[in-house]
Amino acid sequence: MTQEIAVPARPEATPVSSPLSSHSERLASLYTAGPTAVSRDDGLILYRDMTLGRRFEDKCAEMYYRGKMFGFVHLYNGQEAVSTGVIKAMRAQHDWFCSTYRDHVHALSCGVPAREVMSELFGKATGCSKGRGGSMHLFSKEHHLLGGYAFIGEGIPVALGAAFTSRYKRDAMGDASSDSVTAAFFGDGTCNNGQFFECLNMAALWKLPILFVVENNKWAIGMAHDRATSDPEIWRKAAAFGMAGEEVDGMDVLAVRAAAQRAVERARAGEGPTLLECLTYRFRGHSLADPDELRSEAEKEFWAQRDPIKALAGHLTAHGLASAEELKAIEKEIDAEVADAVSFALAAPEPDPAELTRYIWAED
Amino acid sequence: MAETLLFNALRDAIDEEMAKDPTVCVFGEDVGQYGGSYKVTKDLYEKYGELRVLDTPIAENSFTGMAVGAAMTGLRPIVEGMNMGFLLLAFNQISNNMGMLRYTSGGNYTIPTVVRGPGGVGRQLGAEHSQRLEAYFHAVPGIKIVAVSTPTNAKGLMKAAIRDNNPVLFFEHVLLYNLSEEIPEGDYICALDQADVVREGNDVTILTYSRMRHHCIKAVQQLEAEGVDVELIDLISLKPFDMDTISRSIRKTHRVIVVEECMKTGGIGAELIALITEHCFDDLDARPLRLSSQDIPTPYNGALENLTIIQPSQIVDAARRLKAGTL
Ligand SMILES: Cc1ncc(C[n+]2csc(CCOP(=O)(O)OP(=O)(O)O)c2C)c(N)n1
Ligand SMILES: [Mg+2]
Repeated sequence: MTQEIAVPARPEATPVSSPLSSHSERLASLYTAGPTAVSRDDGLILYRDMTLGRRFEDKCAEMYYRGKMFGFVHLYNGQEAVSTGVIKAMRAQHDWFCSTYRDHVHALSCGVPAREVMSELFGKATGCSKGRGGSMHLFSKEHHLLGGYAFIGEGIPVALGAAFTSRYKRDAMGDASSDSVTAAFFGDGTCNNGQFFECLNMAALWKLPILFVVENNKWAIGMAHDRATSDPEIWRKAAAFGMAGEEVDGMDVLAVRAAAQRAVERARAGEGPTLLECLTYRFRGHSLADPDELRSEAEKEFWAQRDPIKALAGHLTAHGLASAEELKAIEKEIDAEVADAVSFALAAPEPDPAELTRYIWAED
Repeated sequence: MAETLLFNALRDAIDEEMAKDPTVCVFGEDVGQYGGSYKVTKDLYEKYGELRVLDTPIAENSFTGMAVGAAMTGLRPIVEGMNMGFLLLAFNQISNNMGMLRYTSGGNYTIPTVVRGPGGVGRQLGAEHSQRLEAYFHAVPGIKIVAVSTPTNAKGLMKAAIRDNNPVLFFEHVLLYNLSEEIPEGDYICALDQADVVREGNDVTILTYSRMRHHCIKAVQQLEAEGVDVELIDLISLKPFDMDTISRSIRKTHRVIVVEECMKTGGIGAELIALITEHCFDDLDARPLRLSSQDIPTPYNGALENLTIIQPSQIVDAARRLKAGTL
């Protein structure tokens, strides 16, 4: 690494790496396209969803340390504006959603009841995956959650398949009402995997109705984004495939929502996919087993200042859309919902051992 | 009955199922305009259009994963591996997504997919194009594995695989596409989980599949002349094995040979003989035999290649000695 490599001068070459390679610099110079106004009703929906995501995850950490859930548990704190901003810009139980191992909050935004998600994390029969999946494998066909996928990148082709079905039903089966759009969520580290590039190509080639939502939280476990990616501006890769690409402040739910709305509109109109890079940050370690030793305090502090929930609360109160008391009341309701999910999951039955081999085959 | 080549039998099966069910579609490299590298989808692109017979870029893991997502949302995709070996790149999607997803999702989703294509050792294609992935994929839970061997079973099994609501890995063989025989007219299916008793006999049971069925038939003809009465069974289903048919035969002959084209270590025969030992130990009069390919990458040189896979003379010799008790 210390060895210098002589690169022959190529005067005509354009610079390979952008001057805006640092996350915070990029955030500071973001161009925010279009208005990001929100109605009171929508604003409260967003606030409620993000608050649920945050408080649910805080409860998960508590339950993990109390020995109620096991295995690898990846929390989403800090990134809520992405899940909420994208999913609430789409149609519930109509559009499709695909996640990773960091999937609890996506599931909640899709409408999977907190009771079912918490039960799954406790391994109970009432879990959305019947206790077979666990934290990294949340599924709900009812809520069009295509799943949590534990291996890097493998959800992207699955999401592509759902987008393909949408187009197929319309153009090969003559169902004019088939206009569902799929959102695939994945991280910055995942954008160095072949499936990302393969699927961008196919989605653009066939003009599939899909949003590739990159949750660029700057880190892939302990691998800093700039150390893993030759050109850290992921959204620019869209251009190589001839598709729309956009970068957005992933800590600003209104900006994320507006960008998602533009992308969804294009997708429903048959104009194909969008690569949406959301600049965000996770407030906790990679998983609850991560000592989180590499990220600097200054960096954490920089992002803590941009807490997306506080930012939305500020917007709602400053614009007279909601009072601080109303927001407090929502938080109380959410706390009750999360507490209810925990007591439901604690009391729920374990899966029946006699059903150990059930769900292998389609017939059972 | 009509004289039909094996690749056309497969094509007819896909054509008939696509005509009947608009959710059936084909994904793969060169399956559309080119008609498939072994012509299994010839003219279907013209008939059904570019979405139903989808020419994909060379991206095995992603188009296989795409088939999973399409199946989860209501389609019944058939994925062609241009050569089954290329699907090593899709191992993750076949294992984690096709095989395991229904279970990990607690029954939320079904994955009605067929993954098909040419497998096996051809003629001097070199190691990478001569793979027997049925052995590599054997441990994956939640998938059915079948191997076809005649035009008749190729058509009936393809139709059954397309209609099945589970993922089916469907092995064809590069050297059998031009096999020709009279097959029944129109719509018929063959059960995915049933072995085919090719010849009944009393002395020795031979269990085989795919192209080795034809090597075994040659061997059986010679053994017949020598007075060795072989019961020849084509397994058809490599997962799960049809243990009813297999056990019944062993209860009659008390001797068994497995003839396979995959490598010996971790092969189909390894698992099959383990099961036979568990289920039929008391019925056996001699230790079970395995005739498998050498545990080496298949060499290019023709003579070396022939030494790598089992030849009919080796089957004759093994059956003869097994009957005579001179092993
Ligand atoms: C195929 C594969 N390789 C490695 C891993 C281990 N792993 C889990 S998460 C992760 C980092 C992913 O980073 P990123 O895509 O940025 O997502 P984030 O965790 O930051 O949300 C790695 C390497 C894995 N799950 N799958
Ligand atoms: Mg990351």
